Amino acid sequence: MVMIDPSKEGRFGEFGGRFVPETLIPACEELEAAFRDAWADPAFVEEFHRILTDYGGRPSPLTECYRLSEQLGVRVLLKREDLNHTGSHKINNVIGQALLARRMGKSRLVAETGAGQHGVATATAAALLDMECKVYMGEVDVDRQELNVFRMNLLGAEVEAVSSGSRTLKDAVNEALRDWVATVENTHYCLGSVMGPHPYPWMVRTFHHVIGDEAHEQCLKLVKRVPDVVVACVGGGSNAAGIFSGFADSEARLVGVEPAGGAAVGRGVPGVVHGMASYLMQDEVGQVQEAESISAGLDYPGVGPEHAYLSSVGRAEYPSVTDQEVVEAFQLLCKTEGIIPALESAHALAWVVREAEALRDQVVLLNLSGRGDKDVDQMMEVLGTGDTQ
Amino acid sequence: MSSNSDVGRMERSLRDRRDEGAKLLVVYVTGGFEGWEAAVETAAAAGADAIEIGIPFSDPVMDGPVIQAASEIALGSGATPASVLAAVPHLDTGIPHAVMTYYNLAHNPGHERFASTLADSGVDAAILPDLPFVESGPWREAAGEAGVETILLAAPTTPDDRLPELCAASSGFVYAVGLLGVTGERSTLASTATEIAKRCKSVTDKPVLTGVGIGSPEQAVEASEVADGVIIGSAVVRQLLDGHGADGVGELVASYRTALDAG
Repeated sequence: MVMIDPSKEGRFGEFGGRFVPETLIPACEELEAAFRDAWADPAFVEEFHRILTDYGGRPSPLTECYRLSEQLGVRVLLKREDLNHTGSHKINNVIGQALLARRMGKSRLVAETGAGQHGVATATAAALLDMECKVYMGEVDVDRQELNVFRMNLLGAEVEAVSSGSRTLKDAVNEALRDWVATVENTHYCLGSVMGPHPYPWMVRTFHHVIGDEAHEQCLKLVKRVPDVVVACVGGGSNAAGIFSGFADSEARLVGVEPAGGAAVGRGVPGVVHGMASYLMQDEVGQVQEAESISAGLDYPGVGPEHAYLSSVGRAEYPSVTDQEVVEAFQLLCKTEGIIPALESAHALAWVVREAEALRDQVVLLNLSGRGDKDVDQMMEVLGTGDTQ
Repeated sequence: MSSNSDVGRMERSLRDRRDEGAKLLVVYVTGGFEGWEAAVETAAAAGADAIEIGIPFSDPVMDGPVIQAASEIALGSGATPASVLAAVPHLDTGIPHAVMTYYNLAHNPGHERFASTLADSGVDAAILPDLPFVESGPWREAAGEAGVETILLAAPTTPDDRLPELCAASSGFVYAVGLLGVTGERSTLASTATEIAKRCKSVTDKPVLTGVGIGSPEQAVEASEVADGVIIGSAVVRQLLDGHGADGVGELVASYRTALDAG
């Protein structure tokens, strides 16, 4: 077993832990106890799956990409998380956490968001379960994801633009943590990825396990075996953790694709920020560096601790792709399959395209973590309206 | 732990002042911010019992807007851990110095190296707010080896069953976090400030100082009715941000000193 429960101290190997101010330690302990209790309660698990099915639209389909596969010489299967309610895999985690928050008697959710997908998902869950919701979003991201800001407002959430630091995802996490330090008695921090202090990395992966479970079953049905490669994009790494968890004990090669400007695992320097020991982009003295990527959702200088662990033990690999490769892959999927992917998810495809020669005739399962509607404005600027051929 | 040979300069000095009947005043200044050395010296002259020097970090999650702003400005003007620490031996204060920074700056060079750099720079103690008691063992060991005290934070949310252990592990003093929240002045003293100080005092004879949320000399006096003293930070740094320089800091610290001495 590779992706097992973390140690009592919340460690995956040497990574993970609980590096948050003392004020939040009891909240993390309470959350861990509540999660263990809830996940062992069949009624909770049943309600979680019922909402994901009746409301979220699960199971998400597995799509065989005939035209793309022919063009690349690689048999590409897409796990269609883009077809979930709210347009990405994020809904799995927020439904789990919102139900848990309600069970713990908390009436308010705070969240950070980069591209806005997790913010929209959290706002959605808050509306569904009648909870108050505040979302922190870097100013830079508010500008480039205007539509998602409005979506969150429509859903009844308050969005606060964060103007400190690099004004992107990492600063939104800081601000959400500061909020939580002050409001911990009635507030649950609905963290959006497999990062942060224990139990978040483990809990968020568990809520996304459904992606890997479904995909495993769907692959067995369609290709009668597990795929040769399972690939997903990695910022914090939640969609990758979800799909990897269904294949970690199989023969499948696991590939997490980072943006070149945010390759925390790729650089391999250990560090501690946002509650966890993991790999972290930092300068020579330890100041956290700003990630730079075309996709706001991957603009994160750290990575979930379990990915650091999977890399350190050699179970998963973490290559990176450039913004240019991502833009090309984005267009390719639009043209060949009629699917507009999120820029985040296009990172995974960019790697497949680049490695097509080496992957010839292999079966590649790609987690299409989100849809690209939110990125259309940005791509209009990148490509120009008349230059999409 | 109570034998005097185990006690570092910070704790010894604060215990002595407490034994003299004084209420303790620790003053935080953001290192690397223009004029910070003069501000530290003025604060000492105006009656601070110890100084906390902030080493600016890119992601200060425990800090409110004032210290965040000062940290960003200091980083923007090129402050580094090395540049801040290099100035410490030249500070003419005559009182103990702690650094307050975030754990990655200790993790990056490694515990032993960071601890010995602190000791070599004449720093007596370290406060790492994102390194809570439960994660602090390896660092405290390395710091102890180098002769650096580790001041731990006790929060209003810290459960009773962990508080005695936490206070026992803290050295220098126990930092009682006055409220649920990040650093910054508040218009009234939170009720949590007296409660946490009282809880700490009941399980330790180490100096217990209340910090986070102290917004006026009156609040400092109120907090010190239970605690052995207070830590002031944002109010001090605001003087620097507003351009009042070392003189502004000196006047502010003197007003706290006077109020605390008058009780």
